Amino acid sequence: MELKWSVVIESLPLLAEGALVTLKITVIAVTLGSIIGLFAGLMRIARNPLLKFIARVYVDFIRGTPLLVQIFIIYYGFPQLWAALTGGQPQAISPWAAAIASTSINSGAYVAEIFRAGIQSIDRGQMEAARSLGMTYGQAMRYVILPQAFKRVIPPLGNEFIAMLKDTSLLSVIGFEELARRGALIIGYNARAFEVWFAVAILYLIMTLLISQLVSFTERRLKTGDHH
Amino acid sequence: MITIKNLHKKFGKLHVLKGVTTHIKEREVVVIIGPSGSGKSTLLRCINLLETPTSGEVWVDGFNLTDPKTDINKVRTEVGMVFQRFNLFPHKTALENITLAPIKVRGMKKDEAEAIAYDLLKKVGLSDKANAYPDQLSGGQQQRVAIARALAMKPKVMLFDEPTSALDPEMVGEVLEVMLELAHEGMTMVVVTHEMGFAKEVGHRVLFMDEGVIVEEGKPEEIFQNPQQQRTKDFLSKILHV
Ligand SMILES: Nc1ncnc2c1ncn2[C@@H]1O[C@H](COP(=O)(O)OP(=O)(O)OP(=O)(O)O)[C@@H](O)[C@H]1O
Ligand SMILES: [Mg+2]
Repeated sequence: MELKWSVVIESLPLLAEGALVTLKITVIAVTLGSIIGLFAGLMRIARNPLLKFIARVYVDFIRGTPLLVQIFIIYYGFPQLWAALTGGQPQAISPWAAAIASTSINSGAYVAEIFRAGIQSIDRGQMEAARSLGMTYGQAMRYVILPQAFKRVIPPLGNEFIAMLKDTSLLSVIGFEELARRGALIIGYNARAFEVWFAVAILYLIMTLLISQLVSFTERRLKTGDHH
Repeated sequence: MITIKNLHKKFGKLHVLKGVTTHIKEREVVVIIGPSGSGKSTLLRCINLLETPTSGEVWVDGFNLTDPKTDINKVRTEVGMVFQRFNLFPHKTALENITLAPIKVRGMKKDEAEAIAYDLLKKVGLSDKANAYPDQLSGGQQQRVAIARALAMKPKVMLFDEPTSALDPEMVGEVLEVMLELAHEGMTMVVVTHEMGFAKEVGHRVLFMDEGVIVEEGKPEEIFQNPQQQRTKDFLSKILHV
């Protein structure tokens, strides 16, 4: 049996569609994850022990368990949990809903740690100066600490984005039609495993390379115009 | 203006302030000296609650800071603080550093805050640096902006924690000059510094601290020329003959 690269050309439109879905779900996951992560990160460093504890449990649970299992819990588990709680019949949730929920909750935990580290890397004197001027903790965070921390978290956020982009391939197990799932479907039909998986890999590679370029570009711009 | 009664501060097992009692009058300039680790910064930081006293009382302008009902943010607006390492906000220009708290804390209009900021920049001799970022300023210039930033809140008391000790020698003068002017205007000031010239010229009282207590206090000339305690003598002979 010979390799037949022409199948790659034929399946490229379908794969490209899948790549677009991958990009979309990753953007959604990291965007929602950043919002969740900002709050969870702030809770992690809060003085209130309850807030701290909740954030700690969330971050440890998510980072200590596989994303694949988290996807299963949400896609297969939650409908049953809901049914058990309400006493009705399990209602299936759509792959899109499960995909968004599982990846953003997952990303939020990693982003929380990124924000926590970013905030804690800002010199203690900044908070003290802000407080000594009469600012509340919230004002000091918002106007003094976070603007400085945001700049520092861009590179690790970029890494999180890349990691998430690759991890969304796990969503194929619940029939979510992102890039890897598209590849599997095409192979089911033309049986060209090597060519198609290789093409899939190349598409992932192109996306991750583009993103890391974008991140280092942003980083450079922030360094030269260090104030904005 | 400031009353401190039997103030104790512990960091875990480390007993840093061991019963400090003193009163600072309005318009008084008090200079605190003492060896490293004696608790000078800790004392200063207790006056605006950057450190929470373990026991004792701190009163500022009629407010008991150790009373949990006191609105500490409000008291802090009355107490300006200048730090050894300036602590300017690096992502903001000199002007923005000065206007941030008046706008956000006092609710002042932007143009009003800027007008005040320009006046203060003029006062500290930096009118031309309004739009410079901290990393474009020398240490002495940064410290002068930091003083202007604290003054913008129109505080009743100014605390200085070794404001010139992170500066190159040639920049010490420009900062001291601003502080001298403030003292002459009648600002109540508590200054941790080993600048004896400053202490003699504007200090009304010098406190010598060692191991968490005020060992000796008095007029600058008394303390410097004629210290009574052996610990004060030892300390002064060390810093005056280096
Ligand atoms: N946040 C803190 N946690 C634990 N220990 C602290 C803290 N702040 C200060 N200390 C300790 O308290 C003691 C007094 O410190 P403080 O900064 O008040 O001394 P100082 O007189 O200002 O000394 P210096 O002249 O070196 O500035 C030191 O032993 C210091 O290590
Ligand atoms: Mg000190």
